[in-house]
Amino acid sequence: MSPKRKRLSVVVLGLSILGVAAALVLNAFEENLVFFFSPTELQAQEIGPDRRIRVGGLVEEGSVKQIGGGTVEFRVTDLESTVTVTYTGLLPDLFREGQGIVAQGRFASGTFLAEEVLAKHDENYLPKEVAEALKKSGQWHGQEGEASQ
Amino acid sequence: MIGELGHYALVLATFVAIIQSVVPLIGAHRGDRSMMALGSMSASGQFVCLSVAFAALTYAFVASDFSIATVAANSHSAKPMLYKVSGVWGNHEGSLLLWVLILALFGVAVVIFGANLPPTLKARVLAVQAMITVGFLLFMLGTSNPFERLDPVPLDGRDLNPLLQDPGLAFHPPMLYLGYVGFSMAFSFAVAALIEGRVDPAWARWVRPWTLLAWTFLTAGIALGSWWAYYELGWGGWWFWDPVENASFMPWLAGTALLHSAIVVEKRDALKSWTILLAIVAFSFSLIGTFLVRSGVLTSVHAFAVDPERGLFILALLVVAIGGSLTLYAIRAPQMKATGVFAPVSREGGLVLNNLLLSAALATVFIGTLYPLFLDAMTGQTVSVGPPFFNATFVPLMMPLVAVLAIGPMLAWKRADISGVFAKLIVAAGVTLVATGLVWWWAGGPLPAVLGMAFAIWLAAGVATEWAERIRLFRIPLGDSLRRAAGLPRAAYGMTLAHLGLAVFIVGAVADSFWTREIVIEADRGQVVEVAGYTVTFEGVRRTQGPNYVADTATLRVEADGAFLGTLSPERRFYPVQQTPTTEAAIRSTALGDLYVAIGDPIDGTRWILRVWFNPLVPWIWAGSILMVIGGIVSLTDRRLRVGAPRQQARPSGPTPTGAVAAGAD
Repeated sequence: MSPKRKRLSVVVLGLSILGVAAALVLNAFEENLVFFFSPTELQAQEIGPDRRIRVGGLVEEGSVKQIGGGTVEFRVTDLESTVTVTYTGLLPDLFREGQGIVAQGRFASGTFLAEEVLAKHDENYLPKEVAEALKKSGQWHGQEGEASQ
Repeated sequence: MIGELGHYALVLATFVAIIQSVVPLIGAHRGDRSMMALGSMSASGQFVCLSVAFAALTYAFVASDFSIATVAANSHSAKPMLYKVSGVWGNHEGSLLLWVLILALFGVAVVIFGANLPPTLKARVLAVQAMITVGFLLFMLGTSNPFERLDPVPLDGRDLNPLLQDPGLAFHPPMLYLGYVGFSMAFSFAVAALIEGRVDPAWARWVRPWTLLAWTFLTAGIALGSWWAYYELGWGGWWFWDPVENASFMPWLAGTALLHSAIVVEKRDALKSWTILLAIVAFSFSLIGTFLVRSGVLTSVHAFAVDPERGLFILALLVVAIGGSLTLYAIRAPQMKATGVFAPVSREGGLVLNNLLLSAALATVFIGTLYPLFLDAMTGQTVSVGPPFFNATFVPLMMPLVAVLAIGPMLAWKRADISGVFAKLIVAAGVTLVATGLVWWWAGGPLPAVLGMAFAIWLAAGVATEWAERIRLFRIPLGDSLRRAAGLPRAAYGMTLAHLGLAVFIVGAVADSFWTREIVIEADRGQVVEVAGYTVTFEGVRRTQGPNYVADTATLRVEADGAFLGTLSPERRFYPVQQTPTTEAAIRSTALGDLYVAIGDPIDGTRWILRVWFNPLVPWIWAGSILMVIGGIVSLTDRRLRVGAPRQQARPSGPTPTGAVAAGAD
């Protein structure tokens, strides 16, 4: 094999691997990109139960209740609309009423079935998405970026 | 006073570093020996200054000097001593100081072990190292001074984030930084080589041990971090494809590729410009990894305090370091002429494939990590990319890599006899088929899990075959084989152990991804949970008191087949200073898997949410990582690679390896 053909074969191999990687990435993006919605946006849009999404806001005061079987139900609000969330499992350490959280899961028949609930590991901090959602609903009073660790 | 001393030492180090980044370069250009020698002196001086600064900050933490802002924000007088010391790097400013100190340590290592380096190369390497130091020190002094004073002095500190109050903090960041910063050596050597305009096998012989050292530390650092997250966060998982985890994983992937391509430069004088590029890329990802967590663009447990000024400085630093080195590369790389030619099917060809696949995998992780930031900046749309994305992109690229990994080390340099290699692997293929069949029969699926196991078994069988071939096991008398085994170079054993470690790691990772069982219940006293053959009885919760926290400690009886195995005591701690609760999981580990329990909040006083996992084969993940680290260490002790050992001192001990064995050393 001449040096030229050798180099060509390496280039072809490299390009085909890059092509495969690009195809994998695009395909995965289509299926696995998780979009964020505020409760208000969730009301406004039709979202099927087959799509995995994120919802974030403040946990409404007085809304957290255990409904049996280790499942907890609470409402998440952007102070304009609310959405009911159910979750089975251990809530994060900093989950409490009035606290900003982000939940990931599916929206089905008016309830958000969370597979994962995230809260920032810092009592002063509001997840960025939640701060944005509160700004959008015009209820924003705090300051951004007060994270400290 | 101590604080001012530390600050003064930092400023002094900055000036020394500025001199070191200029004078030796000019000296190397002019051939002025005394100017070049200044590099060595200033590298030592810089290290002394930074050690003084680090000691001063450590003293401030230990003595709880709350007049220093960093101490007040991250420490507390009631904190146990271990966390006072490790708390030095449990914050943005202190961790930067540790970073720079390690950078200076590597500079000193060049001085000590580089006695036989060509003086111009040494001078240029030290100058490039110093440029990185200057960037970091200016960043520290400008935006993140660890010695800033507070007035008035608070009575007590705000304490360290309770999640960080764990022995893991003592080891994970220093290991990780030794890895990140270790790649600066490959980077400095690459940039110095570009300035010199010359790369030869001797250059690669220099770069390889440093890269291997950095890779070993980074592997250990990432594994420690993963282990820490596993037992501390109480989520039952060990890898979440979190942006910060990815930030440490990207330099690892680039470093792994570099480790392998440098072999080709050393052995065959080919792939030169590619290797230089990888050296630049590996350290660039270290820089990105270091700064991604400090830029405030990520929401993560790792994120440090946010300050827009810092973000700008970081961006400028990245642009100068990465852009500058890549520009130099674009100008100089075309001069790098390779002399070694090889056929596509050869050891070189296998290593090229390794590099292509690792680079493609690196690209997918990079896109998955940064795409949400990019989309947010461009359209304001908030998205997140989670584990499903990486499972669908990264994993398929790793499968051919693992498949070829079993074959690659058996290929000859230049031109390999592929059918001969396949003939040698027939036994390994048979073993893989039978063992995979057993796994299928025993676990019953799912298909991806069985397939994953098949890849791991194939890799392990391939590694074993390669070793057996090397010592001609069963083909010559056993005694001769054992003598050969004792005479194999340590680098060969390093490779064998590291590749075997990967196989063991894959077994654990696949098992944990597919066969984990999880039970969540509301538990009353006396509640029984059955999982994976264990009978777990909840015996209630009592209040306990720690040094700086109070805890609700549960007692769980663990039995199997009626035999009492022990108790597990998961906790929910509350740290009053930071008003923060944490979850402490309790784990019972065996080679077959972990019984992992955590408790949540109480429900109406008497009942508790109890979460019980059985995570199969998780200890294999740690065992595999440890094997990789041991492989790196063993390879580093190879006399041929031993850092700084002049080559003349190398003398064969034991039977002289044949040409084939020596060629297969890597």
